Amino acid sequence: MLRTFTCIMCPRGCGLEAVVEPEGGSREDKGQEDKGRECGLPEACAAGFRISRITGNACPKGEQYVRQEIENPMRNIATSILVDGGELPLASVRLTGPVPKGSIFDVMKEIRQVRRPAPVTEGQVVIPDVLGLGVDVIVTKTVESV
Amino acid sequence: MQIYDVTVIGAGVVGCAVARELSRYRLRTLVLEKEQDVACGNSSRNTGMLHAGFTYKPGTLKAECAVEGNREFDQVARELGVPFKRTGKLVAGFTDQDRENILKYKAVGEQNGVEGMRMVDKEEMNRIDPSAGGEFAMYVPSSGILDPMQYTIALAENACRNGAEFRFGQQVTGIIRQDGDAGQTPASGAVPSQNAAGQTPVRSAVPPQDTAAARTPGGQPSSAPAVLYQLHTPTDTFFTRWVINCAGAQASGISAMLGYPDYPVKGFKGEYYVLDKKAGKYLSIPVYPAPNDKGGFSTHATPTIDGNVLVGPDSYVTQELEDYKVTKEHMDGLFADGQKMFRQMKRDYFIRNFSGIRWKRYDPETREILDFMLEADDAHPGTVNLAGIESPGVTCALPLARRAVAKLVEKEHPAPNEAFDPVRPVKKRFFEMTHEEKQQAIAEDPMYGEIVCRCETVTRAEILAAIRNPLGVHTVTGIKNRTRATMGRCQGGYCETRITEMIEEELGLKPEEVRYSKKDSYMFTGKVRV
Amino acid sequence: MKNVDVVIIGGGPAGLAAAIELYKKGVTDILILEREKKPGGILRQCIHDGFGLTRFGETLSGPEYASRFVRQVEALGIPCRTDTTVLEITPDRKVYASSSEGFLAIQAKAIILAMGCRERTRGAISIPGTRPAGIYTAGVAQAYINLKNKMVGREAVILGSGDIGMIMARRMTLEGAHVLGVYEIQPYPSGLPRNIEQCLNDYHIPLHLSHSVTDIRGVDRLESVVVSQVDDHMNPVPGTEQEIPCDTLILSVGLVPENELTWMAGAQPDESTKGAVVDENYQTSVPGIFAAGNVLHVHDLVDFVSMEAERLADGAARYVREGGLPECRLAVKGDSMACQIVPGRISGKGDVTVAFRVRRPMEECTIELVQGGQVIRRKKMPKALPAEMVEIPLKAEMLNENDDLEVRVVC
Repeated sequence: MLRTFTCIMCPRGCGLEAVVEPEGGSREDKGQEDKGRECGLPEACAAGFRISRITGNACPKGEQYVRQEIENPMRNIATSILVDGGELPLASVRLTGPVPKGSIFDVMKEIRQVRRPAPVTEGQVVIPDVLGLGVDVIVTKTVESV
Repeated sequence: MQIYDVTVIGAGVVGCAVARELSRYRLRTLVLEKEQDVACGNSSRNTGMLHAGFTYKPGTLKAECAVEGNREFDQVARELGVPFKRTGKLVAGFTDQDRENILKYKAVGEQNGVEGMRMVDKEEMNRIDPSAGGEFAMYVPSSGILDPMQYTIALAENACRNGAEFRFGQQVTGIIRQDGDAGQTPASGAVPSQNAAGQTPVRSAVPPQDTAAARTPGGQPSSAPAVLYQLHTPTDTFFTRWVINCAGAQASGISAMLGYPDYPVKGFKGEYYVLDKKAGKYLSIPVYPAPNDKGGFSTHATPTIDGNVLVGPDSYVTQELEDYKVTKEHMDGLFADGQKMFRQMKRDYFIRNFSGIRWKRYDPETREILDFMLEADDAHPGTVNLAGIESPGVTCALPLARRAVAKLVEKEHPAPNEAFDPVRPVKKRFFEMTHEEKQQAIAEDPMYGEIVCRCETVTRAEILAAIRNPLGVHTVTGIKNRTRATMGRCQGGYCETRITEMIEEELGLKPEEVRYSKKDSYMFTGKVRV
Repeated sequence: MKNVDVVIIGGGPAGLAAAIELYKKGVTDILILEREKKPGGILRQCIHDGFGLTRFGETLSGPEYASRFVRQVEALGIPCRTDTTVLEITPDRKVYASSSEGFLAIQAKAIILAMGCRERTRGAISIPGTRPAGIYTAGVAQAYINLKNKMVGREAVILGSGDIGMIMARRMTLEGAHVLGVYEIQPYPSGLPRNIEQCLNDYHIPLHLSHSVTDIRGVDRLESVVVSQVDDHMNPVPGTEQEIPCDTLILSVGLVPENELTWMAGAQPDESTKGAVVDENYQTSVPGIFAAGNVLHVHDLVDFVSMEAERLADGAARYVREGGLPECRLAVKGDSMACQIVPGRISGKGDVTVAFRVRRPMEECTIELVQGGQVIRRKKMPKALPAEMVEIPLKAEMLNENDDLEVRVVC
């Protein structure tokens, strides 16, 4: 089965193609496979797969990306936390690394609970090891107190 | 129970002019406006011309008021601090037919008392403005340009400073007349439905108390039977001895509620393009094409007092009273036609579009367009009815107001308001100041140094003054219309976030309470993080 | 009047990078004027990551990217006056600015324009309909959500597939809003492919190409928009109208360089970039006035903005030292497929980076830089998109000093 990807590792955004076969030959259950593709999630392939060919990538990151996308797509997110008594009401935050796509909204829920008094500083960890996913939520903009 | 002497329905340019003229007397005056600010209807949805009066049928109220309003406007603008420039106007022609039509209206203008109109040849046109199209033109020296929004605000603020009260978000949905001889009290809470109120004024009454006639030493008792009007709005009931209908597009409905005819009106809608100030340098004087035989002008370009250019209006019929949407069809048409009249028109200059509607009274039998209606009679005591007021309403506002107020004065003989001050003091805009003046202004008030709107160079001090306006208007468009902030090429991209924040801080509002323009025009659904 | 060697207007990525690089080249009498309360420019509200991969080799959020430059400016002791808006500049390089601390009048030896860009608005693209609340440009929505803690709406339609629009689609989704779709009038997306992937596809937000908003409905707050398919001439196709109930319309319909001060100084405009015409030193037609970054031409990536501003510092430093720069008499022009070419003039004696965009998406094309009929540089591109600026560096030895330079896109 041929799958297409847009690499998000850099702004170049290579269009990639990969031939993916479930391990042990072609899968009979087409319906389930389509479902997996449709929702962008890899359940249908995660059990076991074999990538026979990847094309279109300008660098090795593309290949890594495709493997990751098939295995378990990971994303970083950026959002804000509430700051009390700061020059701005919000401080921006991001994760120190990507998390599985399926846990994005759970992570958002955690971040939404955070409230910090000013000042907060760039790099400050506001949630260590969020949901045990192995990454921290860190502040990306210093907000001084007023 | 609070009883007003006079209630003006509608805070358009005419209503505000009426309120301002009423404030020359010791009358308890109320203005009810359905929107959140003055001039939300057609008072601001026009070209901003001070018309000379050469296209209106001689002998009509329209012609009379236009010429009168035009003549006095230098003084009015000075008194009220309204930006105004007597630019003159060129009515340009190419063909013999154009010349014939122009001469026809030149004669009309002369009959109306318009002074100084003369035909000019191409050479003189070039001296007046080299960018004007056409082979010859009529030069009309008395035409001018003004900001109709600022003018209406100025009238309202001056009225307010002289004692008139303004209430916004108050749409009159029913009027009940209570005659003085009935001896009954009105049924409390008997708010009639819109239709019932519109069709059948209920006659039950209390003798009016606390009236101007009773309170004012100089006041003469009225010879007309004492009446009291109940004005119903969705949230309140107001009691008033006089009602002056200045409801503009809604005037026919109010007219019917007052017992006058529900005048048939026809809506002539026109759309406009607003062009960047960069286009303004190409146009110093309004250049109109020759009028058609009905005195109508096709799409033209007009400089605005602030240095933008308006292209439009076109004209088409609409049925909906407040159909202010703009349409692709007409925008495309304006672009094509506008390029003919104003060669410099290009897409890069587009800032915004708007539309307005001239609701003209007409005779359903002959289809003839009728004059402005201003009436008051003993069958409708305590009322002055203005209907079919359309273009040139801005030019005619004060003359119409004086005539309307005269109807009340001749019955009531109210005492003059000795404290009346016709002058509305205004501060020079930061944008217009010299370097030295800017330096001085910032030294006196550091908030003058903080530029909130970059495109129009509006300072924090000016925005704050606008938020603290005497009328209590606090919409974003209200601040815009008072300061020009957000009116520039970025349309608020830089300053709107600051203005909404200032409104919240100054008035103690939550984000979800900020309004863009209308009652339910909320800008935010709440906070992102609480 | 105060004298300063170099006044930089704008403390965003371009202005900060130019300041640091000038300082490193020995021009130390610099003043940055920034209208916001803090330096950093638009990056302060661009809280998403993806910045810096080209410039720093790692991916950062906008605020982090900005703070790298801010920290350097602070460490070098370059003065940056915030809350200061420049009101006027003159051809003889006087700068007038306003702040709550007073009115400033400065005579500069050189001025660097780094004011960035602004968003195209509803009025600029003439969207028909009513005028309710709930219509925001993407950048304004971003400022409200990321800086001001105000949520702009719950059910959103996005017009235009610019990067900021797609990023706001994701951002609003993360904050609980429902983004119904992104509608793009062109038959191709105007933002980067990776944003289609990570901002739209990840969140199942559909992208509809060759579609536009043809009506806006609602009087107080937005109630719905009508979208229609458009034909090859971008005219709505009758019968394809579809009404979409929503309370918010986000516009991501392009950026325009913010050049009001530039024109005030009398610099020659470039109709294609909407910025000033500059030479290989990034000097405008007014001697001593330079421009780089989004004020010159809109970039896709902030990394390129910083790098362009860093290149500018060469010429500006030389101008300050020598009081002038050699004339650039050769024009740089494009064929019908190349547009937004920067610089507009070169000398033929120095290294130059030519930047441009293709007018429509192309596959397997070749870029040729031609001087006097000779192809001096050829670059094959498997694909070229209008959304992606092409930059081609040229060495002085490749160029001659007599012929105009032409950019050709050959399919």
